[in-house]
Order: sequence, then C-alpha cells, then structure tokens
Amino acid sequence: MSQEPKEIRLTIDGQEVTAREGTSVLDAAMANDIYIPHQCHHPDLKPVGACRLCGVEIDGRMVTSCTTVVQEGLDVKTNSQKIHQARKTAMELLIADHHMDCLACAAANDCALLKDSAYLGIEPEQLQRLRPSNKGLPIDTSNPFFQFDPNKCIICGICVRTCDEIVGRGTLAFIDRGFDTVIGTFGNKSFIESTCESCGECVVRCPVGALAPKRPKFAAREVQTTCVYCGVGCGIYLGVSGDKVVDVRGDRERPTNEGSLCVKGRYGFNFINHSDRLTKPLIKQNGEFVEAEWEEALELVASKFAETKGDEFAALASAKCTNEENYLIQKFTRAVMATNTVDHCARL
Amino acid sequence: MTADHRTVLICRGTGCESSRSPAIQAALDAELQDSDVEIKFTGCHGMCQQGPIVIVEPEGTFYANVKTKDAPKIVESLLHDGEPVERLYYKDPATKEQLPTYHDIPFYAKQKRLVLHNCGRINPEEISDYVEAGGYQGLKKALFELSPEEIVDIVKQSGLRGRGGGGFSTGMKWQFCQQAKGDVKYVLCNADEGDPGAFMDRSVLEGDPHAVLEGMAIAGSAIGAKQGYIYCRAEYPLAIKRLQVAIRQAREQGYLGKGILGSDFEFDIEIFQGAGAFVCGEETALMISIEGNRGMPRVRPPYPAHSGLYGKPTLLNNVKTYANVSQIVNKGADWFAGIGTEKSKGTAVFALTGKIANSGLIEVPMGVTPREIIYDIGGGVLNGKKFKAVQTGGPSGGCLPESFMDVPVDYDSLIAAGSMMGSGGMVVLDEDTCMVDVARYFLDFTEKESCGKCVPCRLGTKQMLTILEDIVEGRGKPGDIELLEELGGGIKGGSLCGLGQTAPNPVLSTLRYFRDEYEAHIFHNKCPAKTCKHFITYHILDSCVGCQLCRKNCSAEAISGEPKGIHWIDQTKCHKCGVCFEVCPPKVFSVEKRTGDLEIHTGEGESL
Amino acid sequence: MEETLQTILSKFDGKQEEIIPILQKVQDAYTYLPEESMEQIARFIHVPASRVFGVATFYAQFRFTPTGKNIVSICRGTACHVRGAPAILEETTAVLGLDGEGTTEDMEYTVETVACIGCCALAPCVTINEEVHGNLNKKKVRTLLAKGSKPDDG
Repeated sequence: MSQEPKEIRLTIDGQEVTAREGTSVLDAAMANDIYIPHQCHHPDLKPVGACRLCGVEIDGRMVTSCTTVVQEGLDVKTNSQKIHQARKTAMELLIADHHMDCLACAAANDCALLKDSAYLGIEPEQLQRLRPSNKGLPIDTSNPFFQFDPNKCIICGICVRTCDEIVGRGTLAFIDRGFDTVIGTFGNKSFIESTCESCGECVVRCPVGALAPKRPKFAAREVQTTCVYCGVGCGIYLGVSGDKVVDVRGDRERPTNEGSLCVKGRYGFNFINHSDRLTKPLIKQNGEFVEAEWEEALELVASKFAETKGDEFAALASAKCTNEENYLIQKFTRAVMATNTVDHCARL
Repeated sequence: MTADHRTVLICRGTGCESSRSPAIQAALDAELQDSDVEIKFTGCHGMCQQGPIVIVEPEGTFYANVKTKDAPKIVESLLHDGEPVERLYYKDPATKEQLPTYHDIPFYAKQKRLVLHNCGRINPEEISDYVEAGGYQGLKKALFELSPEEIVDIVKQSGLRGRGGGGFSTGMKWQFCQQAKGDVKYVLCNADEGDPGAFMDRSVLEGDPHAVLEGMAIAGSAIGAKQGYIYCRAEYPLAIKRLQVAIRQAREQGYLGKGILGSDFEFDIEIFQGAGAFVCGEETALMISIEGNRGMPRVRPPYPAHSGLYGKPTLLNNVKTYANVSQIVNKGADWFAGIGTEKSKGTAVFALTGKIANSGLIEVPMGVTPREIIYDIGGGVLNGKKFKAVQTGGPSGGCLPESFMDVPVDYDSLIAAGSMMGSGGMVVLDEDTCMVDVARYFLDFTEKESCGKCVPCRLGTKQMLTILEDIVEGRGKPGDIELLEELGGGIKGGSLCGLGQTAPNPVLSTLRYFRDEYEAHIFHNKCPAKTCKHFITYHILDSCVGCQLCRKNCSAEAISGEPKGIHWIDQTKCHKCGVCFEVCPPKVFSVEKRTGDLEIHTGEGESL
Repeated sequence: MEETLQTILSKFDGKQEEIIPILQKVQDAYTYLPEESMEQIARFIHVPASRVFGVATFYAQFRFTPTGKNIVSICRGTACHVRGAPAILEETTAVLGLDGEGTTEDMEYTVETVACIGCCALAPCVTINEEVHGNLNKKKVRTLLAKGSKPDDG
C-alpha cells in the first residue's frame, strides 16, 4: 500500500498555502497563483538553480525557490527589495547578452525572457548603461526542422538536461567555460552532423528563441488525436489553420508519451497536405498508373489473392497500423492464405 | 652537533629550483661526499626572492643568491674550517648591512612558524626526518589516547578556523561530519590553490607533505573515514611528486593503509590532479570534478557534511588547516588558542609578493599589522617607492590603503575592511600601480575562471570587466562608477557560489578607497599612476645627453635626434611601449612619463 | 594512435570518475586531445561523446590542436602582472611573430598564458617546457627564446 503524500503548510508572502511533501517552493507558489520569475526551471527536469531569478527570501537569506523543498512552517518572501534588486541585475545582464530581435523571433509571445523582463519592470534607460555582448556567433540551420541561434541562448541548460534526462541521447552539452560557454555537440559539430535524432524535445522546452522550429506556428485551433506513425499511440494535438495541419505538439496528459514525441510524430506531418500524396488508388494499365475507384481496386486485389496460395504469398504489415489491424493481417495470412510468411516493417 | 659536524640545507622549493638549486646541490655533493658534512635538501625557506638559499647549521649561516660557481668557496669554508663566505651573506635592503645568520635577518626574526616549522628544516622526501622532528605523534595520540569525540573537541576548542579563506570553524565542520550517518565517508584536502599571487599551500606540500597526510589521517580517525583524496593543481608538478613520495613512504612505514600503527584504523590517500579550473577550489565544484564532471558548483543544501563526494558525508579542509592539526592534537587546544587574537587563533601564512623588497613566504601570529608584515618582515616597498595599497584575498579580496596599515590582520577585520583573508596571498602595490588596472586585472581573472553556470557571475563579471576595460582605455562614461557599484551589489547577492559572491570585491574595495583614480580616468583623462597606456605620453627632457640608446631601442622608430644632441619623440608614431623610459641611463633620467596632456594626437587619430 | 590509446585505457577501469585522469594521460601522449581519442574514451566509459568533450573544454589544461615543440607558458598571476607580465607576453609573441597566444607556423613554439604558477617571488616568470625562468625582462626574454634553453647560471 502506498502512503498518502504528506501535505505541508507554509506561508508565501503572508498567504497560507499547502503543498505536497517534496514539492519545490517555486512549484508551490505557482500552484497558488503566486508568480516567481524563472528561466532555468522546467517542471519535467531536475532543478539546478542557475538563472538565480527565482530567488526568494527565507529567514533573511536568499535561496533559489526551485531548489528549495517545502517545509512545515516555512515563511517565504518572494519580493523583498533585496530580492528584487538581485533579480533585476540578473535580468538586465541577460538582456544585454541577448540578441533582441523580438519581431523576427520564433519565440514571440512564448518568450520567457520577455515575460520576466516585463514582470520585473526593466526600463530601456537602465539597459542603455550596460555594454551589449554582440557575440555575432553563426546560426546553425543544418537541421531540417529547427535552428539554433547561440546569440539568443541564455545557457539555462534546459536543452542539455532534456537530452540527458528525458531523451537519454546525450547529444548536447555545455562546451567551454564562463562567458564563452555555449550549448554544443561533440566536437562543436552542427546538429545534422551530430548524434541528434531531431526529436525536438529540446526545441519545445527552450524558454527563448534560441532553439526554434523553422516552420512558424500559426495554428488557429487545435485538434486532439493520436499519432498515426506507430503502434505506441502517442497523444498529440494537431494545430490546424483552415483545412490544413500546420503544427503538432505532444499531449502531456496522455500516459503513453506524457507530451514527448519523436521526429516523425513532431515534424512528419507534411505528407497530410502534400501534393504528391495519393488520395485515390492507382491501377497499372499498359505500363502506366491510372487513377481508379476504391471498389475497382479492392476487387482487383481480391481476385489476385484468389489466384494465389501458400508460399507464393507473403504479407508485410505496417507500424502505422494498430495492434488489432496487425493481428488481423497475420491471421488472414495464416488462415486464409495458408502461409507463415508474414513480417512487419518495424523489424527491418 | 659540534662545529665539526655540519649540515648544509639547500632549498629546493619551486622558486629555488628554478634558480638552479639542484645544480648547486650536485656540486656540493660531489665535493663533500667523503666528508662528515651532511647535505640535505629541504622545502621552501620562504625567502624566495633571495634564492637559491643555502644554510649551514648549527651556526645558521645564511647564504643568499648562491650560484653554482660559489660551491667551491662554500666547500672550502666547510672542509678547512675557514671563515664563512661573507660575500654570500644576505644584505638588508634597508640598512645595506650584511647579516651572517638567519637569526639576524628581520624577515625571519619577526615570524612565528607553526605550519611552516618543518619547511626548510627537513628533507621532505625522507619520512624519517619528519618523524625525528616529532611527526606522526599527533596521529599516535589520536589513535591510542583519544576518542573521536575528544579529537573533535580539541580541534573545536583550539579555535582553528578554515585556512582556505572562509574562516569557518574547523572543529564544527568535523563535528558535522562525525555526526553524519553513513558507513562510507571521505576526507578531502583542498590543494587547488588557484589564487594568482599565492603559493602557501604549494610550499607546505613541497616542504612538509607528511604534516598534511598526518592531519588528514587524524581527521579520518575522528569522523570515521577510510579514504582521503588530495585535490592538487596539475600546475604544481613538484608538490605532486613530493606527495607521491610521502604517501608511498607513509604506507611503507605503516602510517597509512590497513591497521595503522598496529591499531584497527584503516586510512589511505589518493592524489587527484586538477586540470586548471580555479572554481574547483569551491567545495561542491571540487567534489563534482573528482566525480569526473565539469567543475560547476551546485546549490547547497545539501551540505557536503551530509552529501558530498559520491553523495557520501565528506570533510573538506585546506592544506594549511590539516598541517595545523597534528600539532594541535599533540600540544593541546590551549597551546594553539594562546596564539593569535580573540576570534582568530593561531598563525596566518602569507605569500608576500608584488612591489616588496623581500618577496616570499611568511607566517605570523594572527593580529599583526600590515605595517609589521610589509616593513619589518618584507623590508618595505621595492626600490624605495611609495606604498599605495596591499591586496589580500586574491580575486575574492580587496585592496587596503595606507590607513589600514595599523589594523590587526585577522579574518574579521579584513572582511570589515571590504577584503578577506583568502588563502593567504598578500600583494603589495606601490605608487606606480593603477588601482583601476588592478581591479580590471582581477575581473579579467574571475571572468575567465567563472564556470558559467549562474547568470550573475557568468554575465556580471563580463559586464564589469568590459566597463573597466572601457575606463582604462579611455571610453569610460559618467555613470559607470555607479553602475559598477550597482552591478557589484547584485552579483554579490545573487551568485550561486563563493566565486561570484566575492568577484566584485576588488572593484568595490578600490572604488571605496581609490574612487579618485576612477574619476581621474573617466572625467580628467588621466591615469594618476601613469600605467594605462591610453592616458600617458613619453617625453624627452632637455637634459638629454644624446646617447642614442632610446632611439636605437625604439621599435616604432618614433625617436629622432643626432648623437650628443637632444632627442625627441614623434607622438604620432609612439606605441607607448616604454622602452625609452627603461633604457635611459639612471644618471641621465631624461625620459618622462606624463598623463593628462590634452590634444596630443596619436597615430590612430584619436585625441587624448 | 590506436595502440597508444589502448595502452592508456588498459590501465583504467572505465568508470566515469576516470574521465579527467584519462584525458590527462592522453594529452601527455599526444600533446593535445585528438577528436577520435575523445570518442573512444566516451565508448570506454559508456557516456555520450558530448560529455567527454564538455568536460575537456571546461578545464584550461586541455588543448584541441597539436602544440609546437616548445611550450612557453607565461604566468598571469598578480605578482607577475604588477611586475610586468603583459610586457613579457608582448615581447614573446613579437619575437616569435605571433598575434597573441598560439603556435608558430614552423611548429617550434606554442605560447600560452597560465594561471599563477606560484613563483611569485621571481615575478615576472614563464615556464618553458616545464622549466621555470624568473625575474624576466624584455631583454632576457629575447635571450631565452634565441637560445631555446635556459640562460647560463650566474
């Protein structure tokens, strides 16, 4: 029997809140509608306390709320003058180091940096005193689905941790040290030359526009469905504009994938509206394919099946079918076509 | 020892080795091998500036700046009982007096050597020398006469504080580790001495490695650890070699390994070579580095006493902390607590360097004043220049002006003054040192050494450095001083580890005591110390005798003039390398550095 | 390459905490860390290659290009700085025809700056192939580099 997780009571900015044992102060505050700015924290990943924006005051000491676990009777201040000053310094430094081309940036309204800078009330006059970094590093556009602009990267490490902790691929790492630290791959190779599988998990978690999809997002509405690629059955939301699918995102509530997707599920939806896509069956007549009706095509296949038996026949099933469909194919092959020559594309 | 039986001590610390002391030893060895004169090489004697150093005991005859060609003279004096070689005596830089023995030399007379008591006295590669000097008595006492709790109590009551710079109570740290639950615990020694301008730990490791091993073994017996690691910089090859020899000998003699000295205590030590990252001096980074990762500090808690190396309870102390322990256990807490000030017990070891007559390694009781250190021990400022400031605590510390010369030096007084003890670097700065440039130098260091994990340190040190570079290169703006102060506060308050939390100190302390120098750069186009190239020009005075030295040495071909005629400098060509200033004969002294001259056009078309 | 590397690896167990000692041994053998060696080390200790690369690039000790025959390390400690290390660096690179730190075209010299080597009393100092030379000035630097060895004793 599993034990009920204990409820912890604490005070945040004078407000009494409860949270489950083991929750971070940051998550407890956010769950109770108390906003704490943060850049390097992601609920799926282990906390590191690197961006220092989520600092709060407990017993007069500044601690990072993402790495501090709730304790009974804790008295947390999220916005003392001291905290505000430290956060402002950190935020101003981040912006001075960031390539600010917000209008052309794919992150647009999803940008965590913009959001927290507005929250902290950063003024342009304050920023003008600082020396901007102007790193001028090359943008890596080698991957067909996303690009990496190190000039926008805030070195929060969410992508590195995602690749390690969630994907288990370990393609990304912090390279070099200090101000020169960059997110990179082995030997500083481009994404396409690296071990990257293009799953895009890092891209969806990037808080800014450093890792950004090449295709801009402009879905008008979303449709909840299941990915058609394989039998895992990942939950997805298709972003739709008019009658076209323009975007895909993972469904965090679906237990099969908890929001994660692979390269095909996330980026392989072009075929849906592609001009090369077959929407009608083709029958070869006099050496050329000619469009036909389904009725006609199925009848042709059935008549050919009827002429074939045993080892003259083989069936190759698809990962795009469900388990049930694949079961039926093998049953049909063995029972009707009288052969055991049946295989599946996922085995190749 | 009779006068016939003499011992020659040859310093072979890194300083003297680089001034060829091994060759001197070889020369003496060859001549004296059949005599009853014993030749011993030792670790650092401290007075590195005067190296190579040779001492003849029992008289304590002190020979400075010895060269290989001096060896026959020394041999003659030893073998034929002749007079000491007077011309090799140390000459006091202030009085110009020749002093025959080290007992006469103020540099040694004013010191109190606890941590360094064996350095320069024993052969660091002979364990028997250490044992003869009373070594491993503390460990014996710890294993056979004291309980682990009693050991911790003694360390606590001695008042020993961490010699790595923070000054946390060593006894308290040991107690936390002792009380932490766990079968596997570790004892670590921080020998990643990375402060630029500091070499105290290196000298201890090179001169008295067993003192560190013994301190670690005592710590192991107190907290219940079987394994120790020494994290030592790879830049210290000699220290690593001496440690390896010491560990091997300690194992052979039963001071390390299983069943130490016949007890059931087991403890062994391994050396881990750091790979060149200053931040690994931070405790969590050091452990993360041993585990094979990028040495990026992590948020505490959990503290290493509960979850350190490989997640096990871990004790980490500095080299000098361990080097104090065996004597404390041996001689008792009261003995140690009787030295120093009320809150800072024992001694402080400093690497005294910079613009000082006697650079070297010194040890003084806590509470002496900078004036005693710099003038009585250090022999005053180099070349009789005017004192400006003393920098302590390395990149985490600050610069203290003349007004602090009589303030007792201890952990708390230095922090109150905006600096810190650090691990013991003490750099003397004179009138020719620009304080803005010093601040820029330290920020350049911390910016390069920042691990890059947290925002305030990664970007803040860079931002401060860029502003300081702007100031020393003539691009400073009104408001920069206030901005530096604001950033400094934010970085101190917001950074993850000690590196970032103290990185602004060199800037903030120079702003506190030398604000006028910043203002001179920004508002008056002047570098008062005449250091920053952008603000200075070189001029040849009418007293020029036309010796042509400056013209011949000028790589920019900016100097013209006929032999025996007055020379002049074409400011549009001058690179300001200063070679003319250097080569002009001191008697003539006709090249002048000026700052604050307006409207002189440089080659780049900028006006000064 | 292969054999030397295998000899080095055979002395280790393949544990993650051995990354840095292995990298140090490999650099001792090759004067730098060839990319292939890092890939093999990663396979040996069962971590992604990017991890090894990330660790190697963090520490100042490691190099990724071959060095010249002689390595001149100029100390950038405080004592050396205030006693003229910048001029020593300037002179060294000027004599060797380098634009800052780096390796000469003929692969004779590599010039680099290092964190304090702890010989502050001899400031400013440099090490050439692990031998320390102290109390330098521009002229002594020229003599040192012209000879490629230590100046005469006395």
